[in-house]
Amino acid sequence: MPKISMRQAINDALHLEMERDPRVIVLGEDVSGGAGGTSGEREAAGGVFGLTKGLLPRFGEDRVIDTPISESCIVGAANGAALTGLRPVAEIMFADFVGVCLDQLLNQAAKFRYMFGGKARTPLVIRMTCGGGMNAAAQHSQTIYPMLTGIPGLKVVVPSNAYDAKGLLLTAIRDDDPVIFFEHKSLYMDECEVPDGDYTIPFGEAAMVREGEHVTVVALARMVPLAIGVVDKLAAEGISCDLIDPRTTSPLDEETILESVRATGRLVVVDESPPRCSVAADIAAMVAEKAFHHLKAPIIQVTAPHTPVPFARELEAAYLPSPEKIEAAIRKVLGSR
Amino acid sequence: MQISREQMLRAYRQMVTIREFEERIHVDIQRGGIAGFTHLYAGQEAVAVGVCEHLTEKDKIISTHRGHGHCIAKGCDVIGMMKEIYGRQDGLCKGKGGSMHIADLDKGMLGANGIVGGGPPIAVGAAITAKVLKTGGVAVSFSGDGASNQGTVFEAMNMAVVLKVPKIFVLENNGYSEHTGFSYAVGSRDMVRRTEGFGMPVFQADGYDFFSVYEAMRQATELSRNGGGPCAVYAECTRFFGHFEGDPQLYRAKDEVARLRAEKDSLKIFRQRVTETGLLPGSDLDQVDGEVRDLIDRAVREAVAAPAPTAADVLTDVYISY
Repeated sequence: MPKISMRQAINDALHLEMERDPRVIVLGEDVSGGAGGTSGEREAAGGVFGLTKGLLPRFGEDRVIDTPISESCIVGAANGAALTGLRPVAEIMFADFVGVCLDQLLNQAAKFRYMFGGKARTPLVIRMTCGGGMNAAAQHSQTIYPMLTGIPGLKVVVPSNAYDAKGLLLTAIRDDDPVIFFEHKSLYMDECEVPDGDYTIPFGEAAMVREGEHVTVVALARMVPLAIGVVDKLAAEGISCDLIDPRTTSPLDEETILESVRATGRLVVVDESPPRCSVAADIAAMVAEKAFHHLKAPIIQVTAPHTPVPFARELEAAYLPSPEKIEAAIRKVLGSR
Repeated sequence: MQISREQMLRAYRQMVTIREFEERIHVDIQRGGIAGFTHLYAGQEAVAVGVCEHLTEKDKIISTHRGHGHCIAKGCDVIGMMKEIYGRQDGLCKGKGGSMHIADLDKGMLGANGIVGGGPPIAVGAAITAKVLKTGGVAVSFSGDGASNQGTVFEAMNMAVVLKVPKIFVLENNGYSEHTGFSYAVGSRDMVRRTEGFGMPVFQADGYDFFSVYEAMRQATELSRNGGGPCAVYAECTRFFGHFEGDPQLYRAKDEVARLRAEKDSLKIFRQRVTETGLLPGSDLDQVDGEVRDLIDRAVREAVAAPAPTAADVLTDVYISY
């Protein structure tokens, strides 16, 4: 099986689904780029990270739509297209820009089905780049999935590798509910084996990335490869961990996490979002409520601090959860074994 | 202007239905029969009906918080609407939406919308669908003078022009953004030139006169349906009630509403026009008036008697699959 990057896997999924279903359209800023420029090069960008490259020449301008910088209208148009029979995949260039279009997610897409008495279908995907690691500073680095996970009516996907990203994106586009698809920018070039063809990964099914007996580690997005490194290192010392990647935060596979904690009695949750009202806090609370008597030690959350994402290399490195912090948490939950 | 006798009667029936619906809700709210926030459309009937008379089910509209008139004009079931406003289980939205969220997607009605300025971007998407699937339809958003100051509306206007989609912006200037006057809140005091500035034509109408709106919308649909891209219809009108039911309307001169009801009532203007020119006899209109009153009576009777939703209904219709 070929090894490809997460960027390539997502691009492949978009090609596959646009080929398979003529109702799928892609819209966003610079999804092809070049329109109105002086070079005459029509596909001058293919997305700011190249995720949508090749779509315009293959599927044409009706289905690959370069928009003005108007996030409210991008998401709003995706909402309207979805309500009326298309399956739009909109791109918000950086997840942080949800700040200027939240209404269309919070009050529109998420609510249509419910407030219209179950009659609406809103089969749309909003892809957005998130996460730190590129010194992109406070307005281009956030992982805002906790905020969107808290909105009933949305589904939220946070893939950690190329294989999952492709299968989850195909599921997302075929899903009849609004799906927010977070792509961690520091994972785009990470490679793994990915099948060429069509496959889907269901929402609400966590991946058991490593199996062990002493500690349950739950990690999200870019924290998964970091946690893999730590878990594999500790395994050599005889500390074995279940490493669980929820893959979707809404719906959340509670049962896989609970089952693991019932066996290990110890939980470390790793996420790079700030700590308050976060997915990490949500999982910790869920376990405390439903598996309290199985816990042998207090739950530990490894998160970013309650600050904006800083710019300087040294500051961002100090801000983000690191392998060292994850390792320290695992040792601590074991009582510094 | 070509308009048949049947169509005139239908338009009149729609306008009277909106009026009677709203007048009745105004009374029933005071009696305590209806919960929540309600914004009445009475006074603006000529706009909703003049616009929607050019639309079929392949055409989509999206409305505002003041949405009852648009819903009725687009063909939503009046009894289902009344049940929804009463919060009933068999209301148009199963009692989950209420006055501000009435929708009927099968009729091309993409919803009233409680967020001022929320609709126009969504209608751009409906226009994209019309273009991609070549349905021949147009997408229409209604926005008031208040919504016209929202950035979302500006984004939608620009994007519709950029993408050249069949999108019609209906701008209903009823004089008030909630409790604040048009002359204060619209800085340029000129919504027409501001809209034209986005690069689309604006067809102006007298919002009290069905025939004027009908003619402006005829030009608008002719343009947008035939690949001419987006355009706007601008109509000045008034609301006979407050921003919301219970609004004491302290921002309006004491006699303003009474004067407008006497001089600028779109139903009276319609009746005068068609009877004086011999287009329709007054007796035909009287008959419609009676039939509509009966319909609204029946709608309220059925709504009052209809079952309320149950606690179990809270949990349904969030997702299609989870």
